[in-house]
Amino acid sequence: MSDMHLIQGIRAKDIRSEPIRAGFGRGLVEAARRSEDVVGICADLTDSTKMGDFAKAFPERFIEAGIAEQNIATVGAGLAALGKVPFVTSYAAFSPGRNWEQIRTTACLNDRPVKFVGSHAGLSVGPDGATHQVLEDIALMRVMPNMKVFAPCDSVEAEKITLAMATDPQPNYMRLAREATPIITTGKTPFEIGKAQIFHEGSDLTIIATGTMTYHALIAADMLKKDNIHAEVIHVATIKPLDEKTILASIKKTGLVLTAEEGQIAGGLGGAIAELTAEKYPILMRRIGMKDHFGESGDPSELFEHFGLTATHIALVAHQLLEKKR
Amino acid sequence: MRQLFSIEALELKANDIRRDIIKMLEQAGSGHPGGSLGQADIFTALYFNILKHDPQNPDWDERDILVQSNGHTCPVRYAAMAHAGYFPRSELLTLRQFGSRLQGHPERTRLPGLETTSGPLGSGLSQAAGMALALRMNNQQHRWVYVTTGDGELNEGNIWEAVMLIGKYKLTNLIAIVDRNNIQIDGPTEVVMPLEDLRAKWEAFGWHVLEIDGNDIEAVIDAAGMAKAIVEKPVVIIAHTIPGKGVDFMEYDFHWHGVAPNHEQAKIALKEIHTLQGKIRSEGE
Repeated sequence: MSDMHLIQGIRAKDIRSEPIRAGFGRGLVEAARRSEDVVGICADLTDSTKMGDFAKAFPERFIEAGIAEQNIATVGAGLAALGKVPFVTSYAAFSPGRNWEQIRTTACLNDRPVKFVGSHAGLSVGPDGATHQVLEDIALMRVMPNMKVFAPCDSVEAEKITLAMATDPQPNYMRLAREATPIITTGKTPFEIGKAQIFHEGSDLTIIATGTMTYHALIAADMLKKDNIHAEVIHVATIKPLDEKTILASIKKTGLVLTAEEGQIAGGLGGAIAELTAEKYPILMRRIGMKDHFGESGDPSELFEHFGLTATHIALVAHQLLEKKR
Repeated sequence: MRQLFSIEALELKANDIRRDIIKMLEQAGSGHPGGSLGQADIFTALYFNILKHDPQNPDWDERDILVQSNGHTCPVRYAAMAHAGYFPRSELLTLRQFGSRLQGHPERTRLPGLETTSGPLGSGLSQAAGMALALRMNNQQHRWVYVTTGDGELNEGNIWEAVMLIGKYKLTNLIAIVDRNNIQIDGPTEVVMPLEDLRAKWEAFGWHVLEIDGNDIEAVIDAAGMAKAIVEKPVVIIAHTIPGKGVDFMEYDFHWHGVAPNHEQAKIALKEIHTLQGKIRSEGE
């Protein structure tokens, strides 16, 4: 395994945290420095989606569309038609939540490189409640031809993904979380579109995680180690196209797979892995994530606990899977 | 390419385009004659007078842009494009068939010369806005963005989001043309979802409104010229047209919005178009 250059001591209580969207904000400014074709469109959430620094640095390339998510998608498609690389941002609940058809027709079928960034995705929006805790965005975006789907594990990776999106010739979607998320990667941690990375090597089972859940998966792997269980943790930053090669190689080695995501398992990462294994390597599997229900208001950690999106829960399900195998 | 034709020559061209629309729809067995026939004069004016374009080089980087938001009326665009030389007229009869570049609703990636994929209503005006913004950012405001929309299409919220944005950014290199034919699938527009006072609505959002007879080619050309001269506000041309124009039994009838003529109906329709609805004697066909 190549060195992933992760932060040392991710179990430390004082691990540095930052909202993943902050990395997007930095990446966008850098992408705009590199190419004058990079433009930004927002729907009255400029600072929340971390587009504010870009808007200040490049006002002539920033478009404020007001609260109009259908419009940000389609104005984006129009900009892309004439060579611009538009980053289109809002809360994921509204984009792609509200403008899915526009994304399908004018970005995907039309094959224009519009870059959708959905902030405040997942349960971690906490107190805002179920209306704003979008859990379905991965499923929504993953089913569309031409679309690529990303879910960074931390702000450092979000910055890299933003830069990669800026030069990718196709429509993209990146989901971002609102809350401060532990920074587990470094500038040297590799990111490549379509490549899953083995963040922790093991042989007893494979844990595949995306977005904010990758941190919890790594913590779970540490917990399991104490019970002499060696879990392999694969971080899937690109949910589509899925890195089938890396994933299949791992599950052929371990014989068990467990997925973890901050979203609906139906159609999400769990769905994607289930599709892959059902066809190419049927195997014992469990999916951790939201199971066909909505969230509710509460502190994010409370909600993660309640819905089983914790390292402890991942470790527990891993034990159950291993039991089943024996 | 920019050939200038007399109004009489353009009227004959529009007539030929109408005949092709009927033939295409009969052959396809489905499609939308009402708006297609109704806009034949607008699309003739666009492709043979108004637009700066090059059928031999569809991606010409100095071309004007034409976005067809009301994609279901693509037969008129396909026919106008074929007459302008984008592809052979014989290809028109492949409309809606497997493997054809002429999809039931237009797909940009399949046919050179299309600027967008359209059909789902309400998304064209905002794409045109994005294009106009890009041209402004690139200092290419000498290039014009034209966008056609239906009138029933104005029911869509996305349209009014775009109307607001274009008004806000004063995108005066964009010219919208509304095919005001007063019909949509379920019936007359004013019954399904009233649009009037349509002029006042656009004006309230900061647009300049021109109203014309959209079946008068000269009026379409003049309005486009006027629209280009108005630099204070974005301009919408409300083009009043007769749906099914040129075929007596289709005119004004919302039932012909989206039904193709059968062989017998097509025969009658072609004869009517050929004789300009009986105004001239036909020597055959």
